[in-house]
Amino acid sequence: MTEKTFMAGFGGQGVISLGMLWVYCAMKEGLEVTFFPFYGAEKRGGIARASVIVSDREIASPLVTSPDSCIVMNMDSLPICEEVAKQGGVMIINSSLVKNGTMRADVKAIEVACNDIAEKIGDPKIANMVMMGALSKVTGAVTLGKLEAVLKTFFPESKHKFIPLNMAAIEAGRAAV
Amino acid sequence: MELIYGHPKSLKPIQTKYCPGCGHGVIHRLICEVIDELGVQDRSVIMNPVGCSIWADLYFDFDSVQVPHGRTPAGATAVKRMLPDHMVICYQGDGDLAAIGTAEIIHAANRGEKFTGIFVNNAIYGMTGGQMAPTTLVGQKATTAPYGRDPIEAGMGYPIRVCELLATLGGTKYLARGSVDSPANIRKTRQYIKKAFEAQLRGEGFGMVEILSPCPTNWQMKPGEAVDWVKSDMIPFYPLGEIKNSLEEAAK
Amino acid sequence: MADEKRLMKGNEAIAEAAIRAGCKAYFGYPITPQNELTAYMAKNMLDKKRIFIQAESEVAAINMVYGAAATGARTMTSSSSPGMSLKQEGISYACGADLPCVLVNVARSGPGLGGISPGQGDYFQSTRGGGHGDYYHIVLAPKSVQEAADLTYEAFDLADKWRMPAMILADGLIGQMMEGVVLPSARDPASLPKKAWAAGHRAGTSREANHITSCWLVPEELEQNNIKRYRRYDEVKRAEVRFEEVNTEKAELIFVAYGTSSRVCLGAVEMAKKLGIELGLFRPISLWPFPDKRLAELAAKGKKFLTVEMSMGQMVEDVRLAVNGKAEVLFYGRCGGVIPSEEEVLAEARRILGK
Repeated sequence: MTEKTFMAGFGGQGVISLGMLWVYCAMKEGLEVTFFPFYGAEKRGGIARASVIVSDREIASPLVTSPDSCIVMNMDSLPICEEVAKQGGVMIINSSLVKNGTMRADVKAIEVACNDIAEKIGDPKIANMVMMGALSKVTGAVTLGKLEAVLKTFFPESKHKFIPLNMAAIEAGRAAV
Repeated sequence: MELIYGHPKSLKPIQTKYCPGCGHGVIHRLICEVIDELGVQDRSVIMNPVGCSIWADLYFDFDSVQVPHGRTPAGATAVKRMLPDHMVICYQGDGDLAAIGTAEIIHAANRGEKFTGIFVNNAIYGMTGGQMAPTTLVGQKATTAPYGRDPIEAGMGYPIRVCELLATLGGTKYLARGSVDSPANIRKTRQYIKKAFEAQLRGEGFGMVEILSPCPTNWQMKPGEAVDWVKSDMIPFYPLGEIKNSLEEAAK
Repeated sequence: MADEKRLMKGNEAIAEAAIRAGCKAYFGYPITPQNELTAYMAKNMLDKKRIFIQAESEVAAINMVYGAAATGARTMTSSSSPGMSLKQEGISYACGADLPCVLVNVARSGPGLGGISPGQGDYFQSTRGGGHGDYYHIVLAPKSVQEAADLTYEAFDLADKWRMPAMILADGLIGQMMEGVVLPSARDPASLPKKAWAAGHRAGTSREANHITSCWLVPEELEQNNIKRYRRYDEVKRAEVRFEEVNTEKAELIFVAYGTSSRVCLGAVEMAKKLGIELGLFRPISLWPFPDKRLAELAAKGKKFLTVEMSMGQMVEDVRLAVNGKAEVLFYGRCGGVIPSEEEVLAEARRILGK
């Protein structure tokens, strides 16, 4: 099993955290992982992108050029993902911000209203976690079984009170696909 | 019988390669006298410069580290940080310190590195053959200033008073300017060196002693004339004395 | 007991491996894409009461490394391509004075200010003695975060063993990406090699003064010194060649690539296999000494080579020297910060083979 994911969103949407947590959990599940973030030259704003690979064997190129799955967090990221998406691959679209879906008919498009769901749970900032729940369900590559423990090391102690909220977002993401 | 004059133990008893009338030999001797007096020969490290005094490792009987031109204060920074209980001496000429190594000396001084700089200012490049130095006086001739240093028409800039420049930096504790043109000034220079070395042993930094030094060969003078020129031309522009002394009160 | 696997950026893994290898002094200057390395060292070296200095320039940083190495301490600096250019003066002096130290280049794309994206255009500078005079030093090229940590750790031992700088030539991708890494255990300071040649600590010994210098003004003496050093280089070439091979026996066409581009080629080898095409990968890990003997052996077996680099073609010259006309050596490169894709590299191999 090798799952190559290309993630894109605007800076501040938590795309980088999403990628990091995804590979952190995968590593704890015994998989090989690689996570390569790249940003524009801007210090703030701009599109944040990440190449993310999890696999049960040695990972070749860390650069995802033909992704099995794409994550589209905002409108500006859609054309970037449409350009690279693999034929027959999956594209999970944050339909709260991307209204018209994809033009690519050869990919399996899945719409998840990440921001709306996150807001319902109580915090629009966890839209990325809703997306991760959906990604886990759709690809089956990472179960996220170790997420709660991972979040405990990922967040400082003072933020541990937000862990249940994050876990709820994951569940809501799973349920949405 | 009391020995009142002899060869310093930490200076090797060999003849130097320096020209007749050069100041390096006297300065080497002063350093070694003070090192012997403080009893630190076996824990001294001298940073060898690039220039005439590149041969310093032939003469000093203690460890030496030779660093690229101008980079001596960066090298000395690390040597002193790694060997904090050693006496680390950063020996530099004017081209080394005030031209190519300007960034290194300013930042080492500003960090308050706890080594001692010995800055030999003879207002000329010696080893390369008499080119204009950052400390060359206005009007002074050099192979690269054949009509004399001209700061305005030829855009050659002005001589740099290094002690005064460094005195503005928070990290500098002791900056003095001596000269080896006369026995009286040599004795004073020795006192400055001793104060700076003692401060280093106490862990106070940064200290530097600038020493005005004759270079008869490149000034194209006889040794006696060169000494006179230090008095008549250099000292008026580069005033002698302690330019900055913020050492602990007791040590002043 | 081995450490637990951690998720780390390459830059941070290199820094932590250096600390564990007994690095007592680190000197750096900010430059992208290696800043996490310097920041990690700032925090962790100071916490451990070791020496960390943010120098006024790369030039000063390498000369601080020179000074620390002269006292016998394990020491390191890191930078990225333009900064490495500035360090070349000091590297030449360190080689001339036989000073062990570790240099890390998290390379970006050039020339000039170039870009901040990964590149492999510093191969010549790294492997040819990038400064003035006759010299080489060890150069190791990691392909992953794990290997970046392992090779950095080992570089300190190699530098001490051979009394020369050892360079880690990584690139911005290896520095910036995160992978799982199991870090080597911390060296006991007492186990580190003693250096009788170093400056300092003469008290209580009866030794003569030690002089650390690269200056030899008598031509015959300098010549003898260089000849002696080149004999040591010959020993390094015999003892320290490192490389990895994948499917080279079956392959008609063998990729030759290091670091990031070798992983791209590995992907192409795997994709080709699914298509029934046998490709191989030869990955030099030590770029100096270069694994020329093994390449010559493969050339003698009638293999064809395709060198893939993130440059306009630099290592390809070493491959050609190694095979010495006995095999065809082709080149495929992307530069400017562009990382080639597995697909395009595979397409190039298929074009060459007509399959």
